[in-house]
Amino acid sequence: MATRLQFENNCDIGVFSKLTNAYCMVAIGGSESFYSVFESELSGVIPVVKTSIAGTRIVGRLCAGNKNGLLLPHTTTDQELQHLRNSLPDQVVVQRIEEKLSALGNCIACNDHVALTHTDLDRETEEIIADVLGVEVFRQTIAGNILVGSFCSLSNRGGLVHPHTSIEDLDELSTLLQVPLVAGTVNRGSEVIAAGMIVNDWTAFCGSDTTATELSVIESVFKLRDSQPSVIVDEMRKSLIDSYV
Amino acid sequence: MMAQDAGMFTVHQTIGSVLCCKCGIRMQPNAANMCVKCLRSEVDITEGLLKRLVLVHCPECESYLQPPRTWVKLQLESKELLTFCLKKLQKNMNINKVKLVNAEFIWTEPHSKRVKVKVSVQKEVYNGAILEQSYLIEYVQQDHMCESCSRVAANPDQWVAAVQLRQHVSHRRTFFYLEQLILRHGAAARAVRIKQMDHGIDFYFSNRSHGNKFVEFIGKVAPVKSRSDKQLVSHDSKSNNYNYKYTFSVEISPICHEDLICLPPKAAAILGNIGPIVICTKVTNSIALLDPLTLKFGFLDAEQYWRTSFKSLLTSRQLVEYIVLDIEAVSSEITVGGMKYVLADAQVARVSDFGKNDTQFSIRTHLGHLLKPGDLALGYDLYGANSNDMELDRYKGYIPEVVLIKKSYEEKRQKRRGKPRSWKLKSLNMEVDDKIKVNEDKNDAEYENFLKDLEENPELRFNISLYQNKDYQPSEVASVTEDDGQPIPSVPDDELLAADLLAAEFDDLDLIEDGDGEDDMAE
Repeated sequence: MATRLQFENNCDIGVFSKLTNAYCMVAIGGSESFYSVFESELSGVIPVVKTSIAGTRIVGRLCAGNKNGLLLPHTTTDQELQHLRNSLPDQVVVQRIEEKLSALGNCIACNDHVALTHTDLDRETEEIIADVLGVEVFRQTIAGNILVGSFCSLSNRGGLVHPHTSIEDLDELSTLLQVPLVAGTVNRGSEVIAAGMIVNDWTAFCGSDTTATELSVIESVFKLRDSQPSVIVDEMRKSLIDSYV
Repeated sequence: MMAQDAGMFTVHQTIGSVLCCKCGIRMQPNAANMCVKCLRSEVDITEGLLKRLVLVHCPECESYLQPPRTWVKLQLESKELLTFCLKKLQKNMNINKVKLVNAEFIWTEPHSKRVKVKVSVQKEVYNGAILEQSYLIEYVQQDHMCESCSRVAANPDQWVAAVQLRQHVSHRRTFFYLEQLILRHGAAARAVRIKQMDHGIDFYFSNRSHGNKFVEFIGKVAPVKSRSDKQLVSHDSKSNNYNYKYTFSVEISPICHEDLICLPPKAAAILGNIGPIVICTKVTNSIALLDPLTLKFGFLDAEQYWRTSFKSLLTSRQLVEYIVLDIEAVSSEITVGGMKYVLADAQVARVSDFGKNDTQFSIRTHLGHLLKPGDLALGYDLYGANSNDMELDRYKGYIPEVVLIKKSYEEKRQKRRGKPRSWKLKSLNMEVDDKIKVNEDKNDAEYENFLKDLEENPELRFNISLYQNKDYQPSEVASVTEDDGQPIPSVPDDELLAADLLAAEFDDLDLIEDGDGEDDMAE
């Protein structure tokens, strides 16, 4: 089920929060109603952690993670690192990496099985990603943009990409990711998908400007309509190419 | 393209379709990711643009006000009116950052006082998407008399500049000629009123520059002396505006074509000491003088003349008819100042003396190329004249007794008396002052003489437009030629303009030389 909300009157909630199948991170300093929305949806199932990264609130764009691990930029302070290690479940490996491109959330788009990265990422970083997150890494662009983490939002059941992505690109990405993909917008025609929404296998949150049409597209591609908050096990991946052509 | 030239393989990209974020219909992705209809409903780019404007219009002269003070004459539904209307929108559009793409008129009733223009504009919205929209602008036409029309309506006789043209001679030949010249060049087109006065004509203009232009025109065609004055009419002390009436006083020199002059020593010195008795052969903006005894030629331009202003000794009124008894050429044909002359010795007698007594004169004349024994000629009788000229009294040298001027066609003309000519002239619309006494017969006789002059002198016709006389019956043409083979002077047909062709082909058809078979210059 997709929920609409705002962080301090701003619709770009994907900037201030991060959602995976094992945990949820939110920025500090916002109003309590922001957290209460998350807690009402997620409490009891996965922990909701309030944190900052490198002293900033843009936690969603600085870190990248899935149920296996969390990657943090080198600007993260030691206290924050410790706080996260304490708050998150033990099976989640929290790792701080030395990478020139520090906005890891903009550079890496991942689900539990596969990740797309910025083309200029270091070799070692790629290895660390494969190691910590337990995913297969592909260097890709989306609609000619190298910031793959910003322009696509992935879950294990589907993905939403930049609206100007061509059909050939969609086919290629879908084959790589092994999930159905659709090109669409969020927050009333905004092309920056990952900034406008966060998603995991059973729930999604969008900025309050998102129109009903966009919401219905999101719910259908991520298959949120009739799902329950239960742990999703690995399934047979079928090569499904589903796009509204 | 470059990649393909380098041999690289590029995948053909097909653009997919997305759903419009508002209405959900399938569409090609664009910068706003909304279908055009949703975008239009969201954004109105005509917001803040002017939709209703005022045009100030003068009903008398059909012109529109261009602030602050200019009035422009424009036709309804014309390109110029469209440009005029759009100019008013320019500033408003620039502020709103819209670009004008297209504009056209929507027809409205002329008396509805509305002008409707449909305008298409483009504006950038939502970071990159350009939206085009068209809308209607209504211009309300407000009637307001322009300054010049209101001035004319308030006082129709109002003038700002007056040109007083005067020549102190006893005939009006110069003014007839000037009238034709003015008509030909349209110099008096802007005159509000033209009035005929004693010894001259007054022209009234509504603008000082028109009057000035007219004075300059006259200065080019006649030797004149002019001065200008102004008189304060009203004064606005707050805005320091002064309204004046300007008067130009223009005096034409009294020397005319065919006058006999006794030159004062100063003038003779300027001209190279030509004999004191000279004939004036041509008057334009300079005076051409010819010494008949030596065929020497001199020019005096307006300034030089007025510095040594002299009057003519005898004018063409005092021409006397002579009959040529014998003539003998002394020199060969000489071209002087564009005209051919032959110096000749002649024996002449006055027609009034001929047969009655034996008074004859032996004279030298410059008309040797024209005269044969038995011809009639017109000339000045210095022998019998009683002149009141100081220069003549002072002169101690030889003074000829008779100076012949031109050949006389009087006898031959008598046969044609009363028959209309094949050509006619237009005339200026002149008021005649009631106060001066007008001698009708004298005027008519002078005009007739003027017309005869025109017939005889092709160069006089040069600057004048002659029109075909539709009433003229050419059946009598056969009798025109004379027994002795010499035709009386008449104007050849190809010099005439058809009166109704005047306005349009004015410049093209005219400017013809004599009709020696040389056709019109441009058809």
